[in-house]
Amino acid sequence: MPTPTKGPRLGGGPAHERLILANLATALFEHRRITTTEAKAKRLRPLAERMVTFAKRGDLAARRRVMTVLKDKGVIHVLFTEIAPLVADRQGGYTRITKIGPRKGDNAPMAVIELVLEPLSPKQSTVAEATAATKRASKADKPAAAPVEDAPVEEAPVEEAPASATDEATTEPAEEKAVEADSK
Amino acid sequence: MAVPKRKMSRSNTRARRSQWKATPATLSTCSKCKAPRLSHQACPSCGAYGERTYAEAIRSDA
Ligand SMILES: [Zn+2]
Repeated sequence: MPTPTKGPRLGGGPAHERLILANLATALFEHRRITTTEAKAKRLRPLAERMVTFAKRGDLAARRRVMTVLKDKGVIHVLFTEIAPLVADRQGGYTRITKIGPRKGDNAPMAVIELVLEPLSPKQSTVAEATAATKRASKADKPAAAPVEDAPVEEAPVEEAPASATDEATTEPAEEKAVEADSK
Repeated sequence: MAVPKRKMSRSNTRARRSQWKATPATLSTCSKCKAPRLSHQACPSCGAYGERTYAEAIRSDA
């Protein structure tokens, strides 16, 4: 069961809140980045990420699920055809909220919520590669692991070598220190 | 409904209000422009937040 949202609803009622969130999501997918209050940005994030997840699935059923929230078909088309391929490698975390200080008129804390469209950073991909490598190492005893092995390697074979080299470099001195500690 | 029995003296009012104190904001220094800024917020003078920059965060009136 989903946890109910804490605090008061946005707007004057449940329908008003749904409308506000749908309009915010439409604006976010249209402009890729919107400035709003922190509270609205925090409420928008789960909804927008769910929409992106549907867009990544990409079939007609997913499109109809999205159309229950977003009413602008042009924006839905952009979401499915332009935004979804850009976040295909990303496993969640499609939006980013950055606080930008209070608004002038009513001192409301403001935030920028934007779609995270840049490709995964090399650090993250090496982390993914490392976790995949450890999984493969744990599965190495089984012969069935061989065909699975080739698929993720296409990412960056160059990155793998330094990563494993640094791993060895970091582990070896630690072991040496441990040996020294034992000798002392 | 509970109501006050006596008028509160100016002295008591002021003694109570003397405890209303503002606390200084805990500021950190922007790594890009060295201006003071609040933590976990984009810098109000240059808009930097980490390696990203947010033009919306810049305040001319400080
Ligand atoms: Zn700055």
